[in-house]
Amino acid sequence: MVKIREPEGNVKLPLSRPIIGVAGKTGLWRTMRPIVNGEKCTKCFQCEIYCPVNVIRVELKLGITIDYDYCKGCGICEDVCPRGAIIMVPETGE
Amino acid sequence: MSQKIALTGNYAIAYAVKLAKPDVIAAYPITPQSPIVEKLAEMIESGELKALMIRVESEHSALAACFGAAVAGARVFTATSSQGLLYMHEVVHWASRARIPMVMAVVSRTINTPWNIWPDHSDFVDQRDAGWIMAYAMDNQEAFDLTLQAFKISEEPSVYLPVMVGIEGFVLSHTAMPVEIPDEKLVDEWLGERTQPYVVDGLEPKGLGPLTLPEDTEDMFYGIQLAMESSKKVIKTIDSEYGKLFGREYGGLVSCYYCNNAKYVAIAMGSWTGDLIEAVNTLREEGYPVGVVRVRFYRPFPREDLWEVLRGIKGVFVFDRAVSFGAWGPIFTDLVAGLAQYTSKLPIIVNIVAGIAGVHVSAEDFRNILLSLINRVENGLEHGYFDWVRVRR
Amino acid sequence: MSRSQAKLPLPYSARDVVLPGDASCHGCPIPLALKILSAVFGEKMILVIPACCTSVIVGTYPGQSLKASIIHVPFASAAAVASGVAQALKMRGINDVQVIAWAGDGGTADIGMATVSGAAERNEDILYIMYDNEAYMNTGIQRSSSTPRGAWTTTTPIVGKSENKKDVAKILIAHNVPYVATASVGYPHDLYNKLQRAKNIRGFKYIQIHAPCPTGWRFDPKYTVRIAKLAVETGFWILYEYYNGKLIISGPSKPLLDSSKRKSIEEYLKLQGRFRGITPEIINSINEYIESNWNWIKKYLY
Repeated sequence: MVKIREPEGNVKLPLSRPIIGVAGKTGLWRTMRPIVNGEKCTKCFQCEIYCPVNVIRVELKLGITIDYDYCKGCGICEDVCPRGAIIMVPETGE
Repeated sequence: MSQKIALTGNYAIAYAVKLAKPDVIAAYPITPQSPIVEKLAEMIESGELKALMIRVESEHSALAACFGAAVAGARVFTATSSQGLLYMHEVVHWASRARIPMVMAVVSRTINTPWNIWPDHSDFVDQRDAGWIMAYAMDNQEAFDLTLQAFKISEEPSVYLPVMVGIEGFVLSHTAMPVEIPDEKLVDEWLGERTQPYVVDGLEPKGLGPLTLPEDTEDMFYGIQLAMESSKKVIKTIDSEYGKLFGREYGGLVSCYYCNNAKYVAIAMGSWTGDLIEAVNTLREEGYPVGVVRVRFYRPFPREDLWEVLRGIKGVFVFDRAVSFGAWGPIFTDLVAGLAQYTSKLPIIVNIVAGIAGVHVSAEDFRNILLSLINRVENGLEHGYFDWVRVRR
Repeated sequence: MSRSQAKLPLPYSARDVVLPGDASCHGCPIPLALKILSAVFGEKMILVIPACCTSVIVGTYPGQSLKASIIHVPFASAAAVASGVAQALKMRGINDVQVIAWAGDGGTADIGMATVSGAAERNEDILYIMYDNEAYMNTGIQRSSSTPRGAWTTTTPIVGKSENKKDVAKILIAHNVPYVATASVGYPHDLYNKLQRAKNIRGFKYIQIHAPCPTGWRFDPKYTVRIAKLAVETGFWILYEYYNGKLIISGPSKPLLDSSKRKSIEEYLKLQGRFRGITPEIINSINEYIESNWNWIKKYLY
């Protein structure tokens, strides 16, 4: 019913493709950084569900990992954790 | 089998759309375009036309729905006039800058305030900067042919721009003329299935129209200008191919009448050119060396073709059925700007704005205006000028 | 059953579609809502996005922060473009891709109201989601019809909004569409269930997601979820569904039919800087507004 053909000539089309970090390394926006206490964590998944930037991963065997390249330090993970297993500390830039 | 039937301009367009086999039609009624939508609805409900119709709640939504369907891979069509066209103006830009092929018919009607349903070209030319290819018909047969060709022009990979086809409201839209409808199978072979530069249908993740920084955006818009240039050749090729297949060829971007050995040339667009030609007919018989050039495609503006015809001409008389308040007529403006790119010695070019808001300009009126213009030039007129002739008052 | 055998709370597709590194503010509820959406639909969705925060959050050409399809459209036209997309996919025989109009309160309740109403009346087969951050946030926190009474916005900077919040969900119920629901980023499983139910319904579906905005509501970004929950716990935002002609109240809101179970509205208001100048009279009128919403629910509850 429809054929897709590239336009002829040097044409720039207004199309975007999925990419991680489209706004750069948003980890640089942080002033606070989440730190996980593995002992208190019960792997309830609340932090992973509620993280708006999708950088927290809960693995049942490995525990919590956070991609600090993109974590903006909003603190929602600290606020939703029922066990106090994540706390926000000032970001020192190391 | 081709057949010849008496059709109003509106129905001629509807029959052309039927042959183009669109998938989705979204339109909103407005006088004088409503019969197009009504006819298409009838064709769909009777099963003659296998398409889905979205009976939208406004013109803005009509073009928006067509845009969505086109982006998702459907051949689409809509039609409108005047206030409706102005209401969808935002989406007119959105579509051409997205480089998405589609076709729209504009049944011209002037613009409010005050209420007035009669024709001039103001609604049509109001879209001139948006990046749509714009064609205007002189009679119902041409309205049919242009509408059908519009689908093919629009889906050409060196073009990929939407196309609008204009006719005058009531004068053409509600007047019946004989129209020859070509054979369906021949049209299918010639037009083929839809082609477009990209599709957003969920199969592969992508986004259309993201926030884009200045340099990239300028590159995209520059592409539209280049496509407009490429489209000139495409329009001529399609016109002549159509002529070979279906028997009617119109001369490309412009049509010339009596231009051989002409000293004066009148330029116009639309159905009132018919009355102009009638006037020139009698003037020729009386020995005046006058010709007519009819602008068929207003965008891309055919400056090369016009320069071809006008280069040796003494007096050029441009009749505009629209005006840019504070300045002058649109064809005059683009013509002078176009010719100035070929020469610093322009012929005498006079702009006559007339027929605004549906005022009828007869062959007699044209004859009188032309005679007075020719007289002025013969008696030493040194340069062109602008005049708004309100006939019969 | 033991923890390690427990079913995961949300499908893994919630991990794949909303990509890190978008342009949203700290604590923005929008990518959070998009995550829940992607848990249901994965990549197989076309988001029709008018002018709103999301059009900017997904980033600049040539990239986007969503691994799904997006069509950016004029402000008032989301429902119309989505209608066109849905009809085209139907003609092409593509029926495993969900067409979703994803708009803010500005593009839905104000400039897009006629368009939404038209698409609803025609029962177009689309899912319309209004994420409600209660102002024109993308252009700098100007008041919308969905802004609540008393809230500071840049166009109601001294007096605060004089009118109550426009109830778009009720407007859609009046259109008698197959499915209407209210939801909140504070209750992702509730939203997930509603999206799943919508996925299996043909015709016009409407879901309004309450989305607290730290930047516009003036609160510490870490409280986004807490404030979303408080909106429900105080009875200010009522979670319900309307389908098959029945009004069904959702789990988190059900106990609050009893007004004594609702937390006091001050708990909700005091956390938000936009209500800092609020007077006792306005608080009274907000309480009246809450009560009248619950009366309506009780009257039509199935």
